[in-house]
Amino acid sequence: MARKELVPGIGRLSRSQVYARRQLYKGRKTGTAPAKPEAPPTKEVQVKGDKNGGARLVPTSKAPRFYPAEDVRKPKKSRKSAKPTKLRDSITPGTVLILLAGRFRGKRVVFLKQLESGLLLVTGPYKINGVPLRRVNQAYVIATSTKIDLGDFKTDAKINDSYFAKSEKKRTRSAEDEFFADGKPKEKEAFPESKAADQREVDKVVLGAVKKTEYLVKYLNASFSLSKGEYPHKLVF
Amino acid sequence: MSLESNFNRFVEVGRVVLLKAGRYAGHIAVIVEIIDHNRAIIDGPTTGVPRQAFPYRHLTLTPLTISKLPRNAGSGTVKKYVDKSGIVTKWESTAWAKKRAAAEKRRTLSDFERFQVMLHKKSRRDKVRKVLKAAKA
Repeated sequence: MARKELVPGIGRLSRSQVYARRQLYKGRKTGTAPAKPEAPPTKEVQVKGDKNGGARLVPTSKAPRFYPAEDVRKPKKSRKSAKPTKLRDSITPGTVLILLAGRFRGKRVVFLKQLESGLLLVTGPYKINGVPLRRVNQAYVIATSTKIDLGDFKTDAKINDSYFAKSEKKRTRSAEDEFFADGKPKEKEAFPESKAADQREVDKVVLGAVKKTEYLVKYLNASFSLSKGEYPHKLVF
Repeated sequence: MSLESNFNRFVEVGRVVLLKAGRYAGHIAVIVEIIDHNRAIIDGPTTGVPRQAFPYRHLTLTPLTISKLPRNAGSGTVKKYVDKSGIVTKWESTAWAKKRAAAEKRRTLSDFERFQVMLHKKSRRDKVRKVLKAAKA
């Protein structure tokens, strides 16, 4: 049989190959296997012969006859570690970014700060173009040379990656049941008041700075698009 | 019967040319000497173009000339003639040069500046439309 491991810690099969072979696509097994009755460590064996004492206690599983020839192989330690994401030089707090992907693609937004995870924290501001405080990947963003002077404004430290985590909800019934409660679609949950307040607080500063420049509000409100004969690699942003 | 040609934009010593290719594309220079039917020696001491042989297919002739530029004049002499004739300001005041400058300016506008241009064009269109409507009525 082919070796299971190429070198310690590196398997012969890739993760997806293992997945296929173990037929994990059939669904993960949940629940615990029925507990096997624990075998007693020793059993009594009747020994024939007069001088053999009659009965003996013998271990149920025989001890190996040899010591392993080699020590147990240790998996190789990975010395690679993820580097923190480098923020593009063209992006500084107050930079106007153009979003390229997601629900708000084409919107022009204001960059606030880079989060621990490397994602960018941006805001519309919400009042101007409807983009809330949001995380975006800098790969899906065009940085423009337009900068809004935010002064020494610091975004509240509580707005971090965990701020955007979804609250875990227990799902008891099927999604359909949950959606149509009593034959009617369930009402939308209201946006949490504390988050709305955070949004207002951040936007107050950004809006004040935006209003200082003429046309900037209109600019942020407008969506970006390419027209005929415009090529993004030939444009200056 | 012979008709006199009205063609007067010739390749000649003293002809101001616009370079179309190479490092100095977009600059103007003066033809100093004609090498053959493919190349000429050009020089632009005040426009940042060093003296060099340049193929005709990579330049465009402008209607401007420096009259009485001696054939195969050195860079110093060319500079004197260029300064005296004020050919650079003459070139810059032509519609051709202005259009080129405007196009270049548009190319280097930032996204926000392009947006402002769009707004201004929009308001101009609106004003024209209103005046036109008032005049028609």
